[in-house]
Amino acid sequence: MSPSDTQPPPVLRVRDLGVTFDTYRGPVQVLSDVSFEIAAGEILGVVGESGAGKSMTGAAVIGLIDPPGRISSGTVELNGKRIDGLRGEAMRRIRGRRIGSIFQDPLTSLNPVYTVGRHLVETIRTHLPLNEAQARARALELLEEVEIPEARVRLGQYPHQFSGGMRQRVAIALALCAEPQLIIADEPTTALDVSVQAQIIALLRRVCRERKAAAMLITHDMGVIAETADRVMVMYQGRVLETGPVREVLDRPAEPYTRVLMAAIPSVHQRLARLPVPEIGAPATATATATATATAAPVRAEPVPHAAAAEGKTLLEVRDLGKEFDLSLGWLERLVSHQPRRTLQAVDGVSFKIRQGSTFGLVGESGSGKSTVARMVAGLTLPTRGQVLFDGLDRFQTQTDLRRRIQMIFQDPYASLNPRWTVASLIAEPLEVLGLSRDPNETAERVAQALRRVRMTPDDARKYPHQFSGGQRQRIAIARALASQPEFIICDEPTSALDVSVQAQVLNLMRDLQDEFGLTYLLISHNLAVIRHMCDDIGVMQRGRLVEAGDAQEVLDAPQHAYTRALMAAVPDIRHVH
Amino acid sequence: MSDVIHHPAPARRGWRQSDSPVKRAFARSRTVQVASAVLLLIVLATLLAPWLAWQNPFDSASLELNDAFLPPWSEGGHGAFYALGADDQGRDVASAILYGLRMSVLVGVSAVLLSLCIGVPLGLVAGYAGGWFDTLLMRLADVQLTFPVILVAMLILGIVRGVVPEGVREQVAVLVIILAIALSDWVQYARTVRGAVMVEKQKDYVLAAQLIGRSRSAILGRHILPNLLAPILVIAAISFAHAIVAESTLSYLGVGLPPTQPSLGTLIRIGQSFLFSGEWWILLFPSLVLLALALSVNLVGDWLRDALNPKLQ
Amino acid sequence: MLAYLLRRLGQSALVLVAVSLIAFMVFRHIGDPTISLLGEDATLEERAALNSELGFDKPVPLQYLNYVGKVVQGDLGISYRLKRPVSEVITERLPATLELALIASLGALGIGVVLGVYTALRSEGWLSRWVMTVSLVGVSLPTFLIGIGLIYLFAVELRWLPSFGRGTTVKVGGWETGLLTASGWSAIILPAITLGFYNMTLIMRLVRAEMLEVLRSDYIRFGRARGLREKDLYFGHALRNTLIPVITIAGLQIGTLIAFSIVTETVFQWPGVGLLFISSIQGVDVPLIAAYLMFIALLYVVINLLVDFLYLAVDPRLRRR
Repeated sequence: MSPSDTQPPPVLRVRDLGVTFDTYRGPVQVLSDVSFEIAAGEILGVVGESGAGKSMTGAAVIGLIDPPGRISSGTVELNGKRIDGLRGEAMRRIRGRRIGSIFQDPLTSLNPVYTVGRHLVETIRTHLPLNEAQARARALELLEEVEIPEARVRLGQYPHQFSGGMRQRVAIALALCAEPQLIIADEPTTALDVSVQAQIIALLRRVCRERKAAAMLITHDMGVIAETADRVMVMYQGRVLETGPVREVLDRPAEPYTRVLMAAIPSVHQRLARLPVPEIGAPATATATATATATAAPVRAEPVPHAAAAEGKTLLEVRDLGKEFDLSLGWLERLVSHQPRRTLQAVDGVSFKIRQGSTFGLVGESGSGKSTVARMVAGLTLPTRGQVLFDGLDRFQTQTDLRRRIQMIFQDPYASLNPRWTVASLIAEPLEVLGLSRDPNETAERVAQALRRVRMTPDDARKYPHQFSGGQRQRIAIARALASQPEFIICDEPTSALDVSVQAQVLNLMRDLQDEFGLTYLLISHNLAVIRHMCDDIGVMQRGRLVEAGDAQEVLDAPQHAYTRALMAAVPDIRHVH
Repeated sequence: MSDVIHHPAPARRGWRQSDSPVKRAFARSRTVQVASAVLLLIVLATLLAPWLAWQNPFDSASLELNDAFLPPWSEGGHGAFYALGADDQGRDVASAILYGLRMSVLVGVSAVLLSLCIGVPLGLVAGYAGGWFDTLLMRLADVQLTFPVILVAMLILGIVRGVVPEGVREQVAVLVIILAIALSDWVQYARTVRGAVMVEKQKDYVLAAQLIGRSRSAILGRHILPNLLAPILVIAAISFAHAIVAESTLSYLGVGLPPTQPSLGTLIRIGQSFLFSGEWWILLFPSLVLLALALSVNLVGDWLRDALNPKLQ
Repeated sequence: MLAYLLRRLGQSALVLVAVSLIAFMVFRHIGDPTISLLGEDATLEERAALNSELGFDKPVPLQYLNYVGKVVQGDLGISYRLKRPVSEVITERLPATLELALIASLGALGIGVVLGVYTALRSEGWLSRWVMTVSLVGVSLPTFLIGIGLIYLFAVELRWLPSFGRGTTVKVGGWETGLLTASGWSAIILPAITLGFYNMTLIMRLVRAEMLEVLRSDYIRFGRARGLREKDLYFGHALRNTLIPVITIAGLQIGTLIAFSIVTETVFQWPGVGLLFISSIQGVDVPLIAAYLMFIALLYVVINLLVDFLYLAVDPRLRRR
């Protein structure tokens, strides 16, 4: 206890916090020696990859760790008073009243059968001695504060009638109901589109500042931290690596792991040859600082000189591609409500060319139609108009040979591999189905070869997908795609579900393979930084239309179309000082 | 260069520390262990009935009318030993139970297998192809679900009774019951499989298979079906219990297996008429055995559903 | 929403038509009505006369329409065994079954929901475990065994309650009810428990499973993070979400009760429609079988419709698109 404290205690002070899980294999330490403080009016960003323990820390503070987990050591103090030992009613009174929480997925965080107004009024009346009318008035105020238009009408509506961003605003309003002193936000923007994300971040910052509330912002996205937080705490494998003011940690990180983590994040402003990758996987018993080292090829971080547009042959051409979905209600519904047929132009007249050996990126937000274009190029969906020409051949007329030459990698590494098949069967399948292998021995050899190419061992062939991590599964998926020795690979959000360090590995691998085998990629992503890093040419899609296309560096450096400009501006940026 | 964190594995582990959630759940639950043991016992008894029972109750020549109504644990004429007593025809209750058990289990297993063979393929096709086949199937299922299992089974039995002449009825009784129960139960397989297929259809591994041009039947059979084994198994276990109860109910009502080929339900029906006159053993023992069978199957099926539930893991 | 209602009505009509077809096929083609009605030694002329009187010599589609026309007017044919109009026989026995089903379903619903919520909230307590074990027994026991057991216990050993029949009944404007007399009530208890027990355990396990599922959801966790009281979380948020799907199933269960009364009525010799149906199956009394079929179908369709509308009223997600 420091004597002569003329300053009030920090709003939140956590000292040597440890959390243990009692599993069937014995106790597992999930958090160790976590210590930090947050002062009033300050926003602390908690950043780390998956498994770092950041959400667990948030849960520990509000006492919501699900059994078999428990706080095994350390203290949590709110305004100088210990709260980690509180149970039941005592803890309940603190939650919501003194600590407000915001969770990641606004769709499932709200009860679908309660109106938004009811959510708010119930929470308000639980903590404040107001009657129904007063509570409603306050609810209205809160909705207006979080910038929901037509708040009065919205009070009586149900969650499913709101969009994702709106729902998250409601969640923020709920967190503010009783004027808490501490706000904990756990990945509040991860499930939202980039443009909405920017608005929510700004809103969070504003409400925290205005109330002089302490805030704990948990996220894996460094850019969000840079734009919002005052100080940042980097976590790794359940421990705190370093803490400090945002600019300091981002620009001059002390720890090797942090340094490499920062460098591994692709930048939306600069294209590198390869991304440096933090070495992960050291046993948790070693001190965290000693385990993080950069890979053998450290910061080969010179920006790639922008090559003059090399004229290679056009491998893939898409001409006036269109896809229409019938969204009409059933015939009976239309008859009764006098509504005409409704169709959605998911893809509306898209045309572009991809040169052999290059990477073409298709970027856009959800609903832009980029995935639908990918599906059509892959031959999985029939276009309603237009053509897809591969090496001069019509995609939908000449199927069989093209199946060997075009392959695809999907977004979700957990769903793209059949959990009941061994890795060997998965990689061998294209070989067998397309008749590319003469006998089982050759198949086995090619499977082993494919695994080696993605830097895995042939022994892995005998295992099942669930025995691997997300990054490894994505590599298995790449091995499967390579098995038939294709020329062209469609990559649909290949790293969106992966951590930064794993993403760096996979992207590096993709570039290596491209150099080695002369592959051509069509890369679909909503992440502009990944696009910048990987692509030679890009196309920007908005609501089914291609609004801008051309050389990637040119388009991203000097966007012409308003939408592209808005997208670039909305990307939370590490280099941006707020 | 692996990015997975390995925990050192302990040297020897029992089922309690197994990586398989099913094994762990089994090791934890004493009740399920007992139930499984009972079930195993019953299966053995079913298979070995002809050797375990000294009398074949179907063979009227082997019955000794003089031994009728002997109480349990008594000796009859010719050194015959009636461990659980004898009924009004001189049938050894113990032997009758063994054979009756056999009948009940036979009908149950066959009905489940038949339902499976009808329901699963229909569900697969309906879920994957969608369109008019799916709509038709669902409407059909709706119509059929309008009637409870017992009613549909009775309807089929009634129709058969009306169509098939007297003499043939008894010989085909077993087949008819199996058919009746199977035809009323296929719907739940079809529905569950259809729902599961519609979920799996969206997953990327199906797209990957479509990409390389696999046929629909190959995708359904080799990719999707293996992922459906867990829910199918659970339904099979539970519907096996239902089948047993359904068959015994039908036999009890007199429209199931006849006294010449009795199942446990038939025996109970016979036994009830003697309840008030004091020959309690004719009713009690078959009832207990039926209860044990139904209870253990339900326990195991219930537990299986929880153990295989991915959300609880 | 209007479209949805129309669609459901259309589907229900389709089901009724399908069932009426099946009933008609059964009615027309199973057995020979002339022999059943007139006896084995009727002459050929008598049979021919009856044939044309019953309209069996006209083309089949016309017969079907005739059949449907008569059904709609309430003429369901003549029972082969009882030699009386089927509609008369059914309406005579209907009150017994309906009363039994009503008492059984009210009990099953009430007790089932309460126990389901209790065992979900206090899932670790000894009472909960005990209740769950008993419920498992209840689901495993065939209805008739329960009935027999109850008879043995309460009628034979303890002699508290009667083992068959309805007790004294009172006719209230065409409806013969047993609920207005003490002996009527004592007669209905055992059959009602027997009939409702399986349903009660079903509803209880369903409510429990739903509630446990709901309690694991994100919005409950979020509610806890907002500091809501446990009672608001359980009986406000969780219960509402739990009961919504339970309503459908519970509603449909009431329909099965009426059909399952067959077994209970057999065990207790309860003079209702179910007992009638059993004897008609045994005696191949075709018009009765067909009529029972239509009756059950109508009942189910009506109940299904009501449940669907109720669902619509209760779940806001379904209301306005």
